Amino acid sequence: MTTPDAPVRAPALEMRGITKRYPGVTANDHIDLDVRPGEIHALLGENGAGKTTLMNILYGLARPDEGAILLDGQEVNISGPSDAIARGINMVHQHFMLVPVFSIAENILLGEETMAGPIFLDRREARRGIVELGRRFGFEIDPDLRVGSLSVGWQQRVEILKALYRDAKILVLDEPTAVLTPQETEEIFAVLRRLAAEGHSIVFISHKLYEVLEIADRITVIRRGKVVGQRLPAETDEDDLAELMVGRGVQLTVDRGESHPADVAVRLEGLEVKDDRGSIAVRGVDLEVRSGEILGIAGVAGNGQDELVEAIVGLRHAAGGRIGLQGADITHASPRRINEAGVAYVPADRHRFGLVLSFPVADNLVLTDYYRRPYARGFIRNDEAIEATAEERIREYDVRTPSADVRAGTLSGGNQQKLVVARELSRDLKLLVLDQPTRGLDVGSIEFIHRQAIAKRDAGTAILLVSAELDEILELSDRIAVMYRGRIVAVRDGRTADKNEIGLLMATGGEARSPAAAIGPAV
Amino acid sequence: MTAPSSSGSPGRATPLLAQIWAVIALPLISILLALLVGAFVILASQLVLPGGNLDLLLPLTAYAALFQGAFGNFDALVDTLISTTPLVLGGLSVGLAFKAGLFNIGAQGQFLLGALGAVAAGVALAGAPPLVAITVALAAGILAGAFWGFIPGLLKAVSGAHEVVVTIMLNYIAIAVIAAVVGGPLRQQGRPEAITPDVGNAALPVIIGNDGHAGIALAIVAVAVVAFLLFRTTLGFEIRIVGANPDAARYAGMRPRALTILTMSIAGALAGLAGAVVVLGVTHLMTPSFGTTVGFDSIAVALLGRTNPVGIVAAAFLFGALRAGASLMQIKAGIPVELIDVLQATILLFLVANPVLRRAFRLRGVKAGLETTETITKTYAGEVAPR
Ligand SMILES: Nc1ncnc2c1ncn2[C@@H]1O[C@H](COP(=O)(O)OP(=O)(O)OP(=O)(O)O)[C@@H](O)[C@H]1O
Ligand SMILES: [Mg+2]
Repeated sequence: MTTPDAPVRAPALEMRGITKRYPGVTANDHIDLDVRPGEIHALLGENGAGKTTLMNILYGLARPDEGAILLDGQEVNISGPSDAIARGINMVHQHFMLVPVFSIAENILLGEETMAGPIFLDRREARRGIVELGRRFGFEIDPDLRVGSLSVGWQQRVEILKALYRDAKILVLDEPTAVLTPQETEEIFAVLRRLAAEGHSIVFISHKLYEVLEIADRITVIRRGKVVGQRLPAETDEDDLAELMVGRGVQLTVDRGESHPADVAVRLEGLEVKDDRGSIAVRGVDLEVRSGEILGIAGVAGNGQDELVEAIVGLRHAAGGRIGLQGADITHASPRRINEAGVAYVPADRHRFGLVLSFPVADNLVLTDYYRRPYARGFIRNDEAIEATAEERIREYDVRTPSADVRAGTLSGGNQQKLVVARELSRDLKLLVLDQPTRGLDVGSIEFIHRQAIAKRDAGTAILLVSAELDEILELSDRIAVMYRGRIVAVRDGRTADKNEIGLLMATGGEARSPAAAIGPAV
Repeated sequence: MTAPSSSGSPGRATPLLAQIWAVIALPLISILLALLVGAFVILASQLVLPGGNLDLLLPLTAYAALFQGAFGNFDALVDTLISTTPLVLGGLSVGLAFKAGLFNIGAQGQFLLGALGAVAAGVALAGAPPLVAITVALAAGILAGAFWGFIPGLLKAVSGAHEVVVTIMLNYIAIAVIAAVVGGPLRQQGRPEAITPDVGNAALPVIIGNDGHAGIALAIVAVAVVAFLLFRTTLGFEIRIVGANPDAARYAGMRPRALTILTMSIAGALAGLAGAVVVLGVTHLMTPSFGTTVGFDSIAVALLGRTNPVGIVAAAFLFGALRAGASLMQIKAGIPVELIDVLQATILLFLVANPVLRRAFRLRGVKAGLETTETITKTYAGEVAPR
């Protein structure tokens, strides 16, 4: 990105010897990072390596114990997020920071009281600015829509627009693509490239190595709080990066082996489910999953997958149809009964359903079992048993946490996900429902969880897998069902399925369409 | 920097003292600042009084009298304990509801109903053996309070009616019910004013000093029971999880609706017990204007005590001492007892404005805002019925 005749310019951002200690962990251990003007700099590292912490320090959300931050060669002291924003640093956080009941415009203007006229915000002006800004980057937006009604892809765009609206010189994106479809990712990438070309500096965090290789100008890898290497995309590949991150060789695709499907474990007949707004999201789905097989549901996010699985696990009322679990009707059973019947569920939204962030790790690890022996005797909690189990799960699933007593919210995003997975998989199951099970996980952890899922399958559990990652579906599924606008439009054999065909089915539902619609996520 | 010290320990667990400081820093600073504000109010009040001359030491005189009135001798201390008792119970009521994400403004109404229930049973059993009379009267108070908590719980669970709105209305209804009952069926014959007969044998026995009634011991037991319930039982776990994340509670197979009803009923029972203890231990009868602000003070107690049972005891003790010492302050320094209301309100104000305090005193690492204020704001943000 630097022009050939210009000598190497001072980095737009330099972080020197940044160290941050939390009780029991050193999250950042003398980290050096420099980002040049107009550069897209990727930050790679395992779950809990310290990426978010480093960026929180840059954004003024955390104070470093040691080290210095330089902007354009000048040492600065960033006192808080508003100070960071004033200095042109903006951050799109790993978890959304939007107010769902506010409109797009209100969210973007939040904290922008400086834009006010003498007393009132000039809303009209601001709304026009937002629409224009969107257009510049190729998306049409209606600034009056409520953020809560948007898809995650759009919410991500709003997050980015929010940062752009404040004219960020340095833009930090913490796993912005974790919840996006390949197509949405491409659109965001186009925006990022454009920003970089205009001279903005971008720090990009992702666990998807192919994305990093595609978008980054330089890649810095950290492991357990230390920088362990730097690479240029041209001189590295996914295996090299994975090994650098994890410190050992990683098998990026696991061998799923032969499956031995037995009886039907769960049967959906004409299932109809409504979404939060009351419109039909699942339109008469018939589906079977057998014990000992993995059925993957492929589909662009928002085509009814979440509603489908929530109905199966009892969190959402089925408006019509029937759900049978090994012959028993569980259509209107309570979540507790379904859970006790041997159904486990890894939800897509770990902050909403999966975890209680303000509670200790140990409590979260028994969230669905707390009332059973040995975690409770009668109605009295047995803290020793809870603690012991927690320690065991933490070890088994390699959850990076200083102890079982810290609040789950202090764990890194990926380690939070591991908590949920550890809890749900550590049981004898008839049916395991996995919704985006590896979202936000590093390559090593993905490998581990895929192995666990296959082991569960081989032990005779039926697995229903929903994932926005087509690669994950293709890799794990024995059968693939494609979901489009609330219907299952096709079922294919997992071993012989053609990626392009599935991608096309996801995008069009298999209807004959104009060629324009067929661009799809043919990655 | 030498090698071993810089690279050695990867951060250690926070020492106990620091942890305690993190919890009590904000309440403590709020109290001290409120006393400071109170001092200014005392000084300023002299200026507006006609003919008064400015006594710069008056705040000190007043606070000294306040302290003496609360702790000066054994009787004063017992008085403090007596005023502390209903605040502990009411604080537990509000605090427990907060843990479940519910804002029980209705402690006042539940307190009144509890008092009424206890007095009605007490009057009826005034001649019965004390053990029977006391037990039944206490139970009646608890049940009446529980019923007054059950109503908003039920309405919230089935229709999403906000407990704040419902409990405020129930507070008014409680006042009207008391006026009707005390002025009607429970009215003592042959008296010009509406007043109930004495509760007779249902009066709580005195266990310390001249009038330190057994309710003090009951409050201590209640603290232990609530703490045990919250932190050692599965039900307490469910209550806390529902308060922290209702969606996760549903996911975990808990039943937020049922828990809402149950928690509000228990909260009502605690406030009702507070009312029962006051009529059976202190007044022994009731007038239609049986008016204290215990129920409202309890909200302040729960907030100051961070909804934690132990914190609630400390906060209730502080407020109880202020109330108990106030009359001596009025006598000795001429400062009206209403100063206590000013102090209480100012403490609350500083607590709620804690982001400002945290900034002003550079309290990094100190426990972030009160989760309770979060509950208050959260419950107002158009949230609907628990599912
Ligand atoms: N507020 C906090 N309190 C205590 N520990 C914390 C806090 N924030 C982060 N940590 C710890 O610091 C370490 C680094 O966390 P961080 O969130 O930076 O990881 P990350 O690289 O972003 O991981 P991921 O890819 O999973 O998001 C973790 O071990 C985490 O437990
Ligand atoms: Mg992170």
